[in-house]
Amino acid sequence: MFRLWTGGIGGLHKDKGGTTFLAVLALVAIAVPIFNQAVPASSAFHLSPFGITLIGKYLCYGMLALALDLIWGYCGILSLGHAAFFSLGGYAMGMYLMRQIGPRGVYGDPILPDFMVFLNYKALPWFWYGFNHFPLALLMVVLAPALLAGVFGWFAFRSRVTGVYFSIITQALTYALMLAFFRNDMGFGGNNGFTDFKEILGYDLHSDRTRVVLLVVTAAALAASYMACRAIVESRAGRVIRAIRDAESRTRFLGYPVESFKLWLFVFSAVVAGIAGALYVPQIGIINPSEFAPINSIEAVIWVAVGGRGTLYGAIAGAVLVNYAKTYLTGAFPEVWLFALGALFVLVTLFLPRGIIGLVTARDTERGKPK
Amino acid sequence: MSVRDKRLYLEDLTVSFDGFKALNNLTLYVDPGEMLCIIGPNGAGKTTMMDVITGKTRPDSGTAWFGDGINLLQMSEPEIVAAGIGRKFQKPTVFEQLTVFENLELALAGTRSFLKTLRARITSAQHQRIDELLEIIGLAEHRESLGRILAHGQKQWLEIGMLLMQNPELLLVDEPVAGMTPHEIERTAELLLSLAGEHSVVVVEHDMAFVRSIAKRVTVLHEGQVIAEGDMDRVQNDPRVREVYLGV
Repeated sequence: MFRLWTGGIGGLHKDKGGTTFLAVLALVAIAVPIFNQAVPASSAFHLSPFGITLIGKYLCYGMLALALDLIWGYCGILSLGHAAFFSLGGYAMGMYLMRQIGPRGVYGDPILPDFMVFLNYKALPWFWYGFNHFPLALLMVVLAPALLAGVFGWFAFRSRVTGVYFSIITQALTYALMLAFFRNDMGFGGNNGFTDFKEILGYDLHSDRTRVVLLVVTAAALAASYMACRAIVESRAGRVIRAIRDAESRTRFLGYPVESFKLWLFVFSAVVAGIAGALYVPQIGIINPSEFAPINSIEAVIWVAVGGRGTLYGAIAGAVLVNYAKTYLTGAFPEVWLFALGALFVLVTLFLPRGIIGLVTARDTERGKPK
Repeated sequence: MSVRDKRLYLEDLTVSFDGFKALNNLTLYVDPGEMLCIIGPNGAGKTTMMDVITGKTRPDSGTAWFGDGINLLQMSEPEIVAAGIGRKFQKPTVFEQLTVFENLELALAGTRSFLKTLRARITSAQHQRIDELLEIIGLAEHRESLGRILAHGQKQWLEIGMLLMQNPELLLVDEPVAGMTPHEIERTAELLLSLAGEHSVVVVEHDMAFVRSIAKRVTVLHEGQVIAEGDMDRVQNDPRVREVYLGV
């Protein structure tokens, strides 16, 4: 039965690492509700709301890493601005959550969010219309990153901007967006961003039950994104994408429209990052312009490098491990974290070009492919 | 005046780079199914000629027609590939991280769009075609090997195989045996000879022994012009050729 199921979705049984990853993810999605809801709060095994949020955050970061690995690991496109798409998705979700607050805000205005009252807005800006509807917010979670990636990618790839130049302009892109979102007159809450959310689809965001459901939804979204990315890289399009990574002009010479392949992949990756951001915001409870900070995008690249690029699940593992280390170190020795992160990146680049996953699979590949 | 049954017509082509004439009123024809070898010292214009045919370089004057009705000078590089001209570059470039089979799969004629390749499956006819080709280029037992582990000669054959997947009418092959072992050279000669007939093959090569082993007709280029044409013996005894090559 299990064989049948995995066979039906494109030979997952050949993807040992991916199967392991999905199994672990399923385990998390089952264990979290049990340890939070069924285990009494007095028990040492009880999972606190803080714990749920932490795991949810790791999973969202894992999804961002997955999106990044798809373009970097498989197509050689190093985006140093992927947190921009993550943040756009987050802002779209944040706009919905702000509208849900309604008259329960500090100023009690039934329509205008608190920051607008505070900034003397008389009416809702036009681009806030409809964000009280969840389906429209979801649509924007997908559309906003897709549109930005589409327009940006169209210009960049058409002009054959590649390599380090592409990385630099993506970095500039996210920096520019950060500056723009810091402005009060943009209508996105300036440097405070959005916070003080109350509920999502009528469910209280501060109840453990809602948190558990959000975590399970995040796990499902991560699993679905993983399957979609895997389906892409295992298809013929995936082989063309790897061909572009290894010999771009040769691929063009075979007649493939290289720019169009890159653009589709980049847009898809941006959408995955956007969905990750949208899942992040209700769990963390805040989104502000610092999410666009260039350092966030660079950290995401480090997660992928540490985990092992070009494997998809490796990137997710890298995101979880590095962020776990970050949680621990910023708590225990706050001043060493950035040094540790830098050292980690240097060491991985020097000694583990295939990341942590490379360590685990090295023996397998040697045995599995004698010829 | 021109004869209308050739595969390729190059007439009065001139290309100059900063006053240096890489091609100087070059006129050359290729018959259907012919195996033509082009030799000449460095700077004779061999590569420039290939560049003009494949659309990489535009000539200052002259004409280049493919068959009766295709004006190569008005086409882009991908259009020329699609029209049926395949070129093998000097340095072999195969996709190193893909298997031999996957390399050939990507070269298959057919869809090139992202959304269609996302769902594309190999048909049994295509599978068979790749298997046949693996036999022809002698890589049948390496079908699952990654491109990067192939020997130099095997990469060259794989690249020729990738060209053949597109079933081109005209194959341009740039120095196919450079850096090969004698055994590999022999295999390459067999391979190219087996292709002539079905395809027109133009080979540019320095290795005289190799040229002798495959060529029926040899064209000698010098300073952008054809200075001699004919079978190998005749060309080798031509006084101008001897002068150019040996300085006597």
